[in-house]
Amino acid sequence: MTNSVEIKNLDLSFGAVHVLKQLNLEIAEGEFLVLLGSSGCGKSTLLNCIAGLLDVSAGQIFIKDKNVTWAEPSERGIGMVFQSYALYPQMSVRKNLSFGLKNAKVPKDEINKRVSRVAEVLQIEALLDRKPGALSGGQRQRVAIGRALVRDVDVFLFDEPLSNLDAKLRTDLRVELKRLHKKLKNTMIYVTHDQVEAMTLADRISIMKNGMIEQLDTPDVIYSRPCNKYVADFIGSPAMNMFKGQLSGDTFHGEGFTVDVSQYDFDTHSRREGDAWLGIRPEHIVTGEAANGATFSCNAEIDILEPMGSDTLVWIDFAGQPVRVRTEGQSGLTPGESVTIGFDAARLHLFDSQTETRL
Amino acid sequence: MVDQTHTSAIEPSGPKPKKTFSRANIFLYGTLIMVSVYYLLPLYVMIVTSLKGMPEIRMGNVFGPPMEITVQPWVRAWSEACTGINCDGLSRGFANSVQILIPSVLLSILIASVNGYALSNWKFKGSEIFFTILIIGAFIPYQTMLYPIVIILREIGLMGSIGGLVLVHTVFGMPILTLLFRNYFASIPEELFKAARVDGAGFWQIYFQIMLPMALPIFVVAIILQVTGIWNDFLFGVIYTKPATYPMTVQLNNIVNSVQGVKEYNVNMAATLITGLVPLVIYFASGKLFVRGIAAGAVKG
Repeated sequence: MTNSVEIKNLDLSFGAVHVLKQLNLEIAEGEFLVLLGSSGCGKSTLLNCIAGLLDVSAGQIFIKDKNVTWAEPSERGIGMVFQSYALYPQMSVRKNLSFGLKNAKVPKDEINKRVSRVAEVLQIEALLDRKPGALSGGQRQRVAIGRALVRDVDVFLFDEPLSNLDAKLRTDLRVELKRLHKKLKNTMIYVTHDQVEAMTLADRISIMKNGMIEQLDTPDVIYSRPCNKYVADFIGSPAMNMFKGQLSGDTFHGEGFTVDVSQYDFDTHSRREGDAWLGIRPEHIVTGEAANGATFSCNAEIDILEPMGSDTLVWIDFAGQPVRVRTEGQSGLTPGESVTIGFDAARLHLFDSQTETRL
Repeated sequence: MVDQTHTSAIEPSGPKPKKTFSRANIFLYGTLIMVSVYYLLPLYVMIVTSLKGMPEIRMGNVFGPPMEITVQPWVRAWSEACTGINCDGLSRGFANSVQILIPSVLLSILIASVNGYALSNWKFKGSEIFFTILIIGAFIPYQTMLYPIVIILREIGLMGSIGGLVLVHTVFGMPILTLLFRNYFASIPEELFKAARVDGAGFWQIYFQIMLPMALPIFVVAIILQVTGIWNDFLFGVIYTKPATYPMTVQLNNIVNSVQGVKEYNVNMAATLITGLVPLVIYFASGKLFVRGIAAGAVKG
């Protein structure tokens, strides 16, 4: 299988600030890759580099095995969708869609054909003669996606396309994007800071921090086997509970508790001694009867409850720190009550306290 | 306990009632009316005087309305008033001013808008330094540059011609207009510019098809600034032109300050009003757009 986009040793610095550091990335044909990270991690910058809107300091970018490091954005075979839609306000939707094609000197018949085809795919036929100002946010973003589609390109770049929409519209358009990808089978690179978007859309997620890729894998692996403490913390809402302690052989000694970790799936060549972090996701801590059969169980007092309808987040005082536990919606628990909590060693995550990598 | 001081039983509900003749209102509107009268009185005196005959003016009633309305002073000011040996009134100066104004305004705005666009969207190495140098130009007193410009114009053969004055106005308009346009274009979302680049548009295509249609308010501001500035200019006009190419302001000065014969106050007033008509019309015609453009161009950036 050929690579659709390939990035080799990419470096970018503004003066003394290194935004991207020796970045390597290979994206397969038809893959949906999500660049995920908190603000300032360089994910949008990387996308702008791929689009050709920023000059790189070092390294190479290949699209469809063609070196496009020095090519103009329009010559790279990409379409881009921006967070603020970036529709040309004085042009009708039709003109917005055809602007790029006119610049590329595509014949008129062909332009009309492509515009009506894209309008049909995105269901914006009725809007074609309106100005962007007369459209709602969701419609605008659809037009912006259409503007990328008409270009008939191999790679689509999305720069936080759903961040300006309200919550309901965001979920609707997210599903639409997924359907669109299933239908078109184009390569898509999608930048977001929203982990739900990343988990639901991506074939692979690349988690970035300080201009470097922390982990690049499928959503499933990123969730179940985060490669370091940062990724473990970042993915999952509410966030993973972390406990400091020492590892000695098959036992983890925390502050006032010990856990048998013989069932834990250690990375083959990792050490089993010394300071370490133990992580457990709130949804993997069980309460009540179910806790009795777990690897580890104990009694603890409920501090507060945060009911969210479908489930309830319970804050529990354990080992001298507040611990998040996710339970079912109608848990019937009350603050101050004492409950049994427990978890299985197979569901744990252990990280080296120095390097913060997974053990 | 119910508050007994409230005699009426009306529950506060809906908009709070406001007194029309409250102390604050009287103070506010009183001040506004006084200031308006203070500013409008000279204009009133000018209009009234320009419509009076000389005998009526000699009676000395400055504020009184004309007993006998005559347009003779306006006709004299436009086509008969003398400056030196020429006795063809302001009409020649008006024609000169128009010939100076139109190319100066068009050229300076065209160049400055492209400058501003390039400086905000196509940043190049040293563009910030270039911009700083340009802005410093706005702070150098004109007086220090008067004589060097005389030499430059003489060397390129434009001294005394309308073309020379157009060049001077274009150059001197550059700093402030570039600043205006740069700030306005900087306030347009950068993503729009990026989208146009992905769509394959080049420097001029983005300028003409994306930026220009969005920049109408700031163009109006620039036109107003330049029209009033160039029309009212006296200093450059008197230095860089000769009597045959004097702009209207210089000619007005020569009419009003001529020392021979009787001082014709009514003609002077009429001549001044005619000269001031162009900026006045511009302000009235574009008031709303002007405010919108100023707000858009000056605050952000």
